[in-house]
Amino acid sequence: MSRRSRSTTGRLPLVLLLPALLGLAFLLVPLIGLLAKAPWSTLPSRLFSAEVWTALRLSLVCATVATLICLLLGIPLAWLLARGNLPGRGLLRALVTVPLVLPPVVGGVALLLVLGRRGLIGQHLDAWFGISLPFTTAGVIVAEAFVAMPFLVISVEGALRAADPRFEEAAATLGASRWLTFRRVTLPSIAPGVVAGAVLCWARALGEFGATITFAGNFPGRTTTMPLAVYLALETDPDVAVVLSIVLLLVSVVVLASLRERWLSGLR
Amino acid sequence: MTLYADLQVTRGTFELDIDLTIAPGEVVALLGPNGAGKTTALRAIAGLLPLNAGRISLDDDRWDEPPKTFRTPDRRPIGVVFQDYLLFDHLSCLENVAFGLRARGIDKHLARTEAARWLETVGLAEYGRRRPRSLSGGQAQRVALARALATSPDVLLLDEPLAALDASTTLHVRAELGQHLQRFTGRTLLVTHDPLDAMVLADRLVIIEAGRIVQDGAPAEIARRPRTEYVAQLVGLNLYRGTATGTRVALSDGGTITLAEPADGPVHVAFPPIAVSLYPEPPSGSPRNTWPATVTGIEQHAHTVRLTLDAAPSGPSTLLADITPAALADLHPTPGQLLHATLKATEVTSYPT
Amino acid sequence: MFRRTALATLAAVATLTLVSCGNDQPAASNNPSTPTLSGTVTVFAAASLTGSFTQLGKDFEAANPGAKVVFNFAGSSALAQQINQGAPADVFASAAPKNMDQVTDKGTPTTFAQNTLEIAVPKGNPGNITGLKDFTDQNKKIALCAAQVPCGAAAEKVFKAVSLTPQPDSLEQDVKAALTKVSLGEVDAALVYKTDVLAAKDKVDGIEFPEADMAINEYPIATLTKGANAAGAKAFVDYVLSDKGKAVLTAAGFAAP
Repeated sequence: MSRRSRSTTGRLPLVLLLPALLGLAFLLVPLIGLLAKAPWSTLPSRLFSAEVWTALRLSLVCATVATLICLLLGIPLAWLLARGNLPGRGLLRALVTVPLVLPPVVGGVALLLVLGRRGLIGQHLDAWFGISLPFTTAGVIVAEAFVAMPFLVISVEGALRAADPRFEEAAATLGASRWLTFRRVTLPSIAPGVVAGAVLCWARALGEFGATITFAGNFPGRTTTMPLAVYLALETDPDVAVVLSIVLLLVSVVVLASLRERWLSGLR
Repeated sequence: MTLYADLQVTRGTFELDIDLTIAPGEVVALLGPNGAGKTTALRAIAGLLPLNAGRISLDDDRWDEPPKTFRTPDRRPIGVVFQDYLLFDHLSCLENVAFGLRARGIDKHLARTEAARWLETVGLAEYGRRRPRSLSGGQAQRVALARALATSPDVLLLDEPLAALDASTTLHVRAELGQHLQRFTGRTLLVTHDPLDAMVLADRLVIIEAGRIVQDGAPAEIARRPRTEYVAQLVGLNLYRGTATGTRVALSDGGTITLAEPADGPVHVAFPPIAVSLYPEPPSGSPRNTWPATVTGIEQHAHTVRLTLDAAPSGPSTLLADITPAALADLHPTPGQLLHATLKATEVTSYPT
Repeated sequence: MFRRTALATLAAVATLTLVSCGNDQPAASNNPSTPTLSGTVTVFAAASLTGSFTQLGKDFEAANPGAKVVFNFAGSSALAQQINQGAPADVFASAAPKNMDQVTDKGTPTTFAQNTLEIAVPKGNPGNITGLKDFTDQNKKIALCAAQVPCGAAAEKVFKAVSLTPQPDSLEQDVKAALTKVSLGEVDAALVYKTDVLAAKDKVDGIEFPEADMAINEYPIATLTKGANAAGAKAFVDYVLSDKGKAVLTAAGFAAP
């Protein structure tokens, strides 16, 4: 009951603790390096430039919309992978993770080949509806969703496979259709997995660079997200790049920490 | 409206092939050892498992008739209480009970009122806002029952409804369940491996082994005249098959038993373990059955000790005998010990197979 | 401080990988039959030199059987930073004098090639591009390099000189990215280097324009004094500057200085 006895039972074996601390240091030290390198004296003036805010706002909007799209398409896909009785499900599951393995730039080229002005689908979009995705904010969202969706799908699929399908059977015997069962029984039971997946997805979308610049190009206010701005700043003024990185870092940490806290505590 | 179920399901090497009918108001217990196919039968009726052949119908209303007809569970008027209840933990008890009503399109307010009434019926009126996780086993079982009954199903399916409870609550919950089942006007199928549950709760027992019905009848009838070793053990009887010639029955596994009344041809012979007496020395009196028997097992029960003996070759190779603590003190039986078993012919029942 | 260390580490890893891949020959061979040159020459070269320098490296190795040339191709500014963080390089060939100036410990740079801008259009010129003025047309899809990278700076210079305000749809991070957009037909035109148009001549057409002379891009090359193979470095630079080297560069679309 006392603090002491609790800490005794909770003590980690050294063989776990040492690599754990090493791992933590490995993740954190580069961030500390970034902070140490930051030009603190000129930071405020650089921070309040219009370009920074434009890029930051664009990043946040695009990452959020991309995450919503991933939720909308990714949860059903995860459900199909976990519950659907498909032939070649293993192969399908491997294919879903392709965007993770693909160098993002290649992913961007692939998107151009399909959704570009002369792409398989893109040419029809252009001819019939006058829609052209490259070089637009919508294009940024498409690129980010493409790269980030596997994180959501894998996370949600894992949660679905861990969830007990007999609860769905119980719902069915109570007269619930599969859709109602999914909404009122399955989804609430996998909520932690969905939140974890959405967080990963959002973070990946926020940091997305290669596919975005390849598919959507780079134009301030329209497609220049923070990572693109960081990359170009690195060409001329590394200090600006550091400032932009820190801004992106802080905003994402604040958003993720507060969201996670709220979501997960609400579920407990 | 009677439920007809001609259930034929094949899963791997296992084959279920049984016929069930349940009349309105009737409680039928499906009793059998593990792996006999009880739960498979229940799942088939619930629609959680499609039939390979056969038919399930409620009078003319067909639920499953391969290859054409299959109604999914949500479109069958059923209520199911699962072995571990499967209450939805993200919903309150009230919402759990209201779930089926809401799923069937009943308006939220009405569904909640009705659910509250059901919770009251099972004696949990004040637990509506609690989460299922915070309930005791007995309470959870009652919520599960309320949830299954709330939609006024035509068929109620209970899968080992008392198995997850500890011994002290089982007695009470079983009695309560009995009362609810008596009031229920639909058809009830109770799946259980516990003969006591079946005897107390059911109007009729259907006993299955390895996917086939081995015996079917009223509890008292089955208790008196078991037809398989499993059933006999369930009701606590020694049961053997043999061929009768007058008062002498040659057992099919070897040994003989003497009857009080003569019989002829293939028969079952049965007697309770308490009818067997044991002695350290060959007894001097004249009971009609006396066999040297080796102790093979000793089991402590509530008020008696049950011994398993091997009386071959003169008697049955598996013989159950119940002895009192006083006799236990006299005999000090140990496995492998040679005793002498006696059985009065008047204690032995025989009936044709 | 951190950035230096990190970049140096990256560069070291990259170089080690490259070196270990191609290092069949011991670095200090005492074989008396190859008296002049031995060991590995590590060359850091601008990405736009990938094709021509790979060829030059092969020719150089053929001419000097004891020598091995290992390349690290990347953006000039990244290479300059890597060299300053101590990446083990013997030769630096930059796409811009500015990046060469950033490198501290080096021999005297020599301009070995020039590159000029050219309009790249998809095969068949579907956007009917005729000249620089089309870059101001809102209805045409246009890609330029971002002003932060050399091809973008050159483009800016050209447009300023002719007093045109381009209307780009995208400011690409490097010339290859701009060229990709052209070859996939995503844009009607982009301003890239002549050498790039030549290298991708299967997929893009080039349109020359007279104002290109206003932004000629010079490529300087220099030996690096902290390199491990001074003799090899000098020999390679000499080879690039020789007639044989010039021929390879000219074939790739570079102009002689």
